[in-house]
Amino acid sequence: MTALISSNPLTAPPVARRQPGARQRSTRLGSVFAPLVAIVVLVAIWQIASWASPLRADLFPSPVMVFQKLPALLADGSLVSATAISLWRALSGYVIAVLIATPIALILAHWAALRRGLGPLVSAMQVLPSIAWVPAAIILFGLSDATIYTVLLLGAIPSIINGLLSGVDMIPPQYRALSQVLGASRWQHIIHVELPAALPGYVGGLRQGWAFAWRSLMAAELIAVGGSLAPGIGSLLQRGRDLADLPLVMLVILSILLVGILIELLIFAPLERRLLQNRGLARAGEEKSG
Amino acid sequence: MSIELNEVSLSYGGDELVLDSISTQIHDGEFVAVLGASGCGKSSLLNVIAGLLPPSDGWLQVPDDGAAFMFQDANLLPWLTAAANIELALKLCDYPAGQRAARVRQLLELVQLDHAGDRKPHELSGGMRQRVALARSLAQDRQVLLMDEPFAALDAITRDMLHEQLHSLWAATGKTIVFVTHNVREAIRLAERILVLSSRPGRIIEIRRISDTLRNDPAHSVALADELTTILRREQMKNDRVDQL
Repeated sequence: MTALISSNPLTAPPVARRQPGARQRSTRLGSVFAPLVAIVVLVAIWQIASWASPLRADLFPSPVMVFQKLPALLADGSLVSATAISLWRALSGYVIAVLIATPIALILAHWAALRRGLGPLVSAMQVLPSIAWVPAAIILFGLSDATIYTVLLLGAIPSIINGLLSGVDMIPPQYRALSQVLGASRWQHIIHVELPAALPGYVGGLRQGWAFAWRSLMAAELIAVGGSLAPGIGSLLQRGRDLADLPLVMLVILSILLVGILIELLIFAPLERRLLQNRGLARAGEEKSG
Repeated sequence: MSIELNEVSLSYGGDELVLDSISTQIHDGEFVAVLGASGCGKSSLLNVIAGLLPPSDGWLQVPDDGAAFMFQDANLLPWLTAAANIELALKLCDYPAGQRAARVRQLLELVQLDHAGDRKPHELSGGMRQRVALARSLAQDRQVLLMDEPFAALDAITRDMLHEQLHSLWAATGKTIVFVTHNVREAIRLAERILVLSSRPGRIIEIRRISDTLRNDPAHSVALADELTTILRREQMKNDRVDQL
């Protein structure tokens, strides 16, 4: 075997060098195309399975059947209006959750006795399925927006608290020593060192908090239907169930998934990428998988 | 008098004695090296002087405004640029806001990094990060500068360059410097006085004055380096025996 190794640049085999810009573009294109290919493959498997299935078409609809439902739903405006109502509830509820959770997490991070007492409770609330809160919220607030927001907040707040707490816990101890030798007061340490240092964990908590908020909202909208409540995407799902309209149910599920993916791709993924690049923890253009 | 330590002892958790009755006086403008084998407690001694650790016994006197501190790994905040890291030190010591940018530029020029102010720590080499850390500790404008093996992780050429820069800075500013190191040649090259610490618990077992004449005489400085290395090796072996028991 002949080794293709040469110390002489004139006799060395030509090596194709890719420019950094080209590498970034190809990574970004890959991050868009890879999920698209995966979706196309999954839809194809679904289509083949529905052809091969002995079940009736209304019990196992093909993707074609599901998407045939889309023009009618878009024409009557029910899907768009339900998605807009749910998105507004999710985003406004999420902002309120962030505003409540952040100071609570900071207090818990700096008050050890309180954290020993409430920390396990917060973790337990994160484990509790949000749907469990729905009956209690309906009894307390009836079929109103207050019920929906209560369930959403109780779902999202614990994740955001735990995210910020773990971000603070992971701050290297030498940062505290640095603040001390630089003569920072407690507040100056929190503002200039602790919060920025905890940001990666906090963003992780915000990301998880959003997922919990969106899931909790769907659970609440699915159960709390009628009264003064405007129909959200969860109630559209319930309508599909009442009509035994599986294509409608599948279409709504895909819409829920699409909103989740869009928020992830448009907000959290770029935010996290920028944060990590800013700290030298990821190369420019490098995507985080998973 | 800049720093005075009187019978200072330190133990962790009340059990293991780390420092045992350290007494010394460090004069204003003096450059003192604390030399010792790994794990002898020299960094702990610096932390006690900096106020990061309270002594278990004895007392010490440091200037009212405390001491600037330079860590072994630059300990720069990764989300801030080199200039912003220095500016933070100025902000925390209430340096007038309108004059901060100019002072940051001066300090970056002082450590010859005026071209790298807008770079993040991960975009700098190890030597450049240590120079930013040096500029940040100078930003505090305190008479005492404590340095905890600041050049230990650097290559020989970068370390040599930083030795020269530090020596010039010390000569220009007249600061009191306490420099912790396990490198005998580094201590001889930089310090006016070397305090040698024993291994666990750390006690001062040797004090050597280094004159410029000795420093510039290769034969004498090599002989002193050999002598101090023998002491450190003996202490390290004692330390290893304790670890094995």
